[in-house]
Amino acid sequence: MKELFPAKHVSGFVFSLILTGVALLVYFMDMSFAVGMTILVITAFAQATLQLVVFMHAGESSDKRSIYISVIYGIVIAILTVLGTLLAMIWGYV
Amino acid sequence: MEFFERFAIPHPSPAIYASMVAIALTTIAVVVGLTYFKKWGYLWREWLTTVDHKKIGIMYMISALLMLFRGGADALMMRAQTAVPENTLLDAQHYNEIFTTHGVVMIIFMAMAFIIALMNFVIPLQIGARDVAFPRLNALSFWLYFMGAMLLNISFVIGGSPSSGWTSYFPLAGNELSPSVGTNYYMLALQISGLGTLITGINFIVTILKMRAPGMTLMKMPMFTWAGLITNVIIVFAFPVLTVALAMGTMDRLFATNFFTTTDGGMDMLWANLFWVWGHPEVYILILPAFGIYSEIIPTFARRNLYGYTTMVVSMVVISLLSFVVWVHHFFTMGQGALVNSIFSITTMAIAVPTGIKIFNWLFTMWKGKIQFTVPMLYSLGFIPIFTIGGVTGVMLGMASADYQYHNTMFLVAHFHLVIIPGVVFAMIAGLTYWWPKMFGFMLNERIGKWGFWFIAGGTVLAFFPMFISGLDGQARRMYTYSEGTGFGIWNMLSFVGAIGLAIGFALLVYNIYYSTRYASRDIGDDPWNARSLEWATHNPVPEYNFAITPQVNSSEAFWDAKKRGHKLFKAGYKDIHMPNNSGIPFIMSVFFFIFGFAFIFSMWITVIVSLIAILACMTYRSFEKDDGYHITAEELKKAESELRGAK
Repeated sequence: MKELFPAKHVSGFVFSLILTGVALLVYFMDMSFAVGMTILVITAFAQATLQLVVFMHAGESSDKRSIYISVIYGIVIAILTVLGTLLAMIWGYV
Repeated sequence: MEFFERFAIPHPSPAIYASMVAIALTTIAVVVGLTYFKKWGYLWREWLTTVDHKKIGIMYMISALLMLFRGGADALMMRAQTAVPENTLLDAQHYNEIFTTHGVVMIIFMAMAFIIALMNFVIPLQIGARDVAFPRLNALSFWLYFMGAMLLNISFVIGGSPSSGWTSYFPLAGNELSPSVGTNYYMLALQISGLGTLITGINFIVTILKMRAPGMTLMKMPMFTWAGLITNVIIVFAFPVLTVALAMGTMDRLFATNFFTTTDGGMDMLWANLFWVWGHPEVYILILPAFGIYSEIIPTFARRNLYGYTTMVVSMVVISLLSFVVWVHHFFTMGQGALVNSIFSITTMAIAVPTGIKIFNWLFTMWKGKIQFTVPMLYSLGFIPIFTIGGVTGVMLGMASADYQYHNTMFLVAHFHLVIIPGVVFAMIAGLTYWWPKMFGFMLNERIGKWGFWFIAGGTVLAFFPMFISGLDGQARRMYTYSEGTGFGIWNMLSFVGAIGLAIGFALLVYNIYYSTRYASRDIGDDPWNARSLEWATHNPVPEYNFAITPQVNSSEAFWDAKKRGHKLFKAGYKDIHMPNNSGIPFIMSVFFFIFGFAFIFSMWITVIVSLIAILACMTYRSFEKDDGYHITAEELKKAESELRGAK
């Protein structure tokens, strides 16, 4: 039965639909900018992780260490770039 | 009539009409020559459709040399214009166009192409692979780059060149202050060739991680391959930022969005910010392969193994990380607070530490070595002092408060030329001379090469050292002229003389290629330099299958071990080799990209849509194409190998 029903992928698919739905709520519901952005950031990162692990099979091959290292490296670079930009353009701009 | 007026040059001059005629004549000569000598088929079969990493590398190299001369001509015109005060050789607009295209051509189309040329040719050989991981994508990368380069290069005869600097800062680059199509050319040409570069980055990361010869762990890779890996990681993380910035800039110019405008909520300095988020890692994309090349050449000609292999690797990894956190030092004077500037000042100075480690490692490699003064080694030796001077003036510029004095002066121009020329150009000529026998089966003439070195090294010093002085005296960069009373005249005249020295040096390089092609001995064996790494374990020039037998590797200098310590590189017998077929799709698709780019620049939307459909059709065709490649059988291989050995 387990071979016939890929439970992991079906639940992953359902969960990704739920995440999309929650993100859409931000548009349709009336909420403050800060709350909306928080929801979007959280759902976006959860969605990306879900896609990477469930559908792009990160962590299933023998070189999962190098895959996770490069993902983490990418996240670090992205965060540094965004924070640095905010720092230079807005927070630190006098 | 209005439709055609857009294609006219906004600021025509006799020089531009002359180059129009020259371009037309060259094109006619090429077409007639190809037809007369019946070379169209040869060109199509052997070059335009090739997926062989070695041929793609050579095409990159030829394009890079062409672009070097295009950018060099710009440089000579700039130096000639500023050689004497109040010169009228060029007008202000023409000068603006020339320094813009000089920067774009030299960085994007010369230096990038040159490093990718050597990575293409050398890395698969150094790791004992048959080709890169995705040979057809590799061909696509090249043709996208090539079409991007051609697109930018036709700008000065059709519609006008970009003229807002290679950094293309908004609002200067916006429609209001740059009304000609020049900046559209900049946006689209960089976008198209940037796509090619990004594809190269992914291709080489996969190649290096997945296709190494048995026994070659990461820490047993030759240093140039390590440099290539780190470089490509930086490419993959940095280039998307440029892609996004260019897309936003294009939309601002063509679709009246307000990302970088000064009104309606736009942030003009956001362009500078995004540009340098890409731009600073970009300079490390250029310099790391050069470091890799020196790390191959110095041990070979000092006859010692590389000092501090692990620290070399670690310092490159640290450089790659730090390269992403220093970009604000390009605009310390923008007006952000002291805290921001201090943070980026400190990260900037921190980069000098891993770079210094590498410099000391090379010095220790040479310490007590038996140094042979060949041409590649001369360039490596010239690189160390000149690059160090360029580097420490960079640390001076990195001090935010002092930078208010240096910013936008010729001091800065001197600094970055004195790191990029010894860092990239010296390395490329050194690498070219070093691997030339691998590419073509004969060596470049050493005597002409040494003359070339002294002209280029002397020219560099003479052209750029005076700029430190005139810069500190207050000469701003990008000024097309100055008055006699400033006293800058003497320094600029010295620079002009140095630029002529450089021009003679590059001319000697070309003459050397011509001379050696005609007269050099073809009987040089497979290892003319007595080298150390794996690429020298196969024939000169390299057969299309690279290695007849996959080599077994035990260290980062496997070939040296095979020569001196009895390590056996080739254990198994001949086996069938699976090879990829040639394909015209990358070339055809890139031609459509060229048309797409050109139409986009001039807002010809129907052509844009048609060429986009054609690009998609090429992709669709590729998706459904069944192409299993072909095999070189063991018998064919045996015959080819015995012939190659018999000829020696």
